[in-house]
Amino acid sequence: MNPVLKLLIDGGSLTTGQLAQVSGLTEAEVNQHLEQLRREGIFLGWRPVLDLSREAAAALAVRAVIEVKVTPERGGGFNRLAERIARFDEVESCYLVSGGYDLLVFVRGATLQRVASFVSEKLSTIEGVLSTSTHFMLRCYKEQGFLLGADDAQTQRLNVAP
Amino acid sequence: MSTDAQRWVAGHVAGLPKSGIRDFFELVAKMKGQDVISLGVGEPDFVTPWHVREAAIYALEQGKTYYTSNLGMIELRREISTYVERHFGVTYRPEDQVIVTVGVSEALDLAFRAFCNPGDKVMFHQPCYVSYHPSISLVHGVGIAVPTFAQDNFALTAAALRAAWQPGAKILMLNLPCNPTGGTCTRGQLEEIAAFCREKDLLVLSDEIYSELTFEGTHTSIASLPGMAERTIFLHGFSKAFAMTGWRIGYACGPAPLIDAMMKVHQYAMMCASIIAQEGALEALKHGWDNVVRMREQYHRRRDLIVRRLNETGLKCHLPRGSFYAFPDITATGLSEKDFSVGLLQQHKVAVVPGLAFGENGRGHVRACFATAYDQVIEACDRIDRFVQGLRK
Repeated sequence: MNPVLKLLIDGGSLTTGQLAQVSGLTEAEVNQHLEQLRREGIFLGWRPVLDLSREAAAALAVRAVIEVKVTPERGGGFNRLAERIARFDEVESCYLVSGGYDLLVFVRGATLQRVASFVSEKLSTIEGVLSTSTHFMLRCYKEQGFLLGADDAQTQRLNVAP
Repeated sequence: MSTDAQRWVAGHVAGLPKSGIRDFFELVAKMKGQDVISLGVGEPDFVTPWHVREAAIYALEQGKTYYTSNLGMIELRREISTYVERHFGVTYRPEDQVIVTVGVSEALDLAFRAFCNPGDKVMFHQPCYVSYHPSISLVHGVGIAVPTFAQDNFALTAAALRAAWQPGAKILMLNLPCNPTGGTCTRGQLEEIAAFCREKDLLVLSDEIYSELTFEGTHTSIASLPGMAERTIFLHGFSKAFAMTGWRIGYACGPAPLIDAMMKVHQYAMMCASIIAQEGALEALKHGWDNVVRMREQYHRRRDLIVRRLNETGLKCHLPRGSFYAFPDITATGLSEKDFSVGLLQQHKVAVVPGLAFGENGRGHVRACFATAYDQVIEACDRIDRFVQGLRK
């Protein structure tokens, strides 16, 4: 596996300088690897992982997950509709899933009203969308691998031990 | 308190030297709240994986709060037997050749108490874990230190063993990979050591707590070599590879009469290891291997990083083949290991452990544990570099 990709996956929040030190490459080489991964469409970009319950991060704090049933189309299946829905700025992630509905759509907005109007005015009015079921997220316990509000007592580790 | 109380302390305990680590611990403790990066620890920075913690919680919920068999839960001994067979190539019967202990430390203590008569000679390689020599002294044994050297990557050699050997030597204590040096032996070197043990009829106590953290080649247990299982007590535990230091679960495997002798001491002194911790250990063996591999990969990268950086700084550092310790030679700075450690701590707030804490052969070295997050290792290396460059001015 590409050494930089491996570190991206399990290295935590390292700067490219730190990535270089850990992987034993120069910073220029790390950037080359990143550029290569980007060209191959594997590495898509950087995003911060935020605790949106905090005041300072509340700008896009309302999140919902929407179960969407759609009518598949001859030739394209679910793809055309899924891609159309995915293009909306409000949509953070969009998956085709197995089970009782077809698309699982994660959306984010500044207020409840904004998200609600996206669902009622945009999403549910698209031709081919049969139904939507919207779940507003009330509280986050774990965000992309980060536990929120949990203290793992790491600081109590002895500083010097045999 | 009157100093008279001292008269109650047994002579051989009063005579034990204080651990060099303890002094340093006090010094670091005084700097609390000062952004100290500690490379002075002897444990993983990872918290025990959640599935293990959750299994222990479940055990508590189920009311598992009683004593277990003296030897430890049979389910755990079965899993240990399977694990040891798979990873070390030695077969032990769970019924009478495995004992679960309170950390490897207890297993070691049991072994010394069960096998060492007053005056018996015990050979151990040095630098070594701080407990070995005192544990021998506590059973009135006589320790014989066998030096290991940086030019051998701190591997123990049969030649050094032979040179240090004295008539009447009964036990050889091994710790490979080694705390603090990270040194370990190739299969070839181990075969020579094994031949020596057979020649001199030595009982081997082999503490292999760091074996999963072997980065080059594969770990070979001396117990797996021909003619060695019958004269070896294999000691292992969960602290390092499974990140379970605070759980205190270790185990010993060996010939039934020897395990039985250890069990006698254990049943009177300890009764059994904590059932909750045993439940956690059971879960770790059943489902924890992926995490062991994941953590080892991280240690491997951190090792390459810290060793490269220390050498770039001008502190000669061999590549430790195992463990999570770098053991650089700091003599180029002109400082003693103690002055180096104190200076580094007070001026640049990085804690390492002076090598002398691990015995005479640790002189001129310090131990730097790299079981710390990448950014902390990098920052610590930057600070060490500034400290060493400052000394040159």
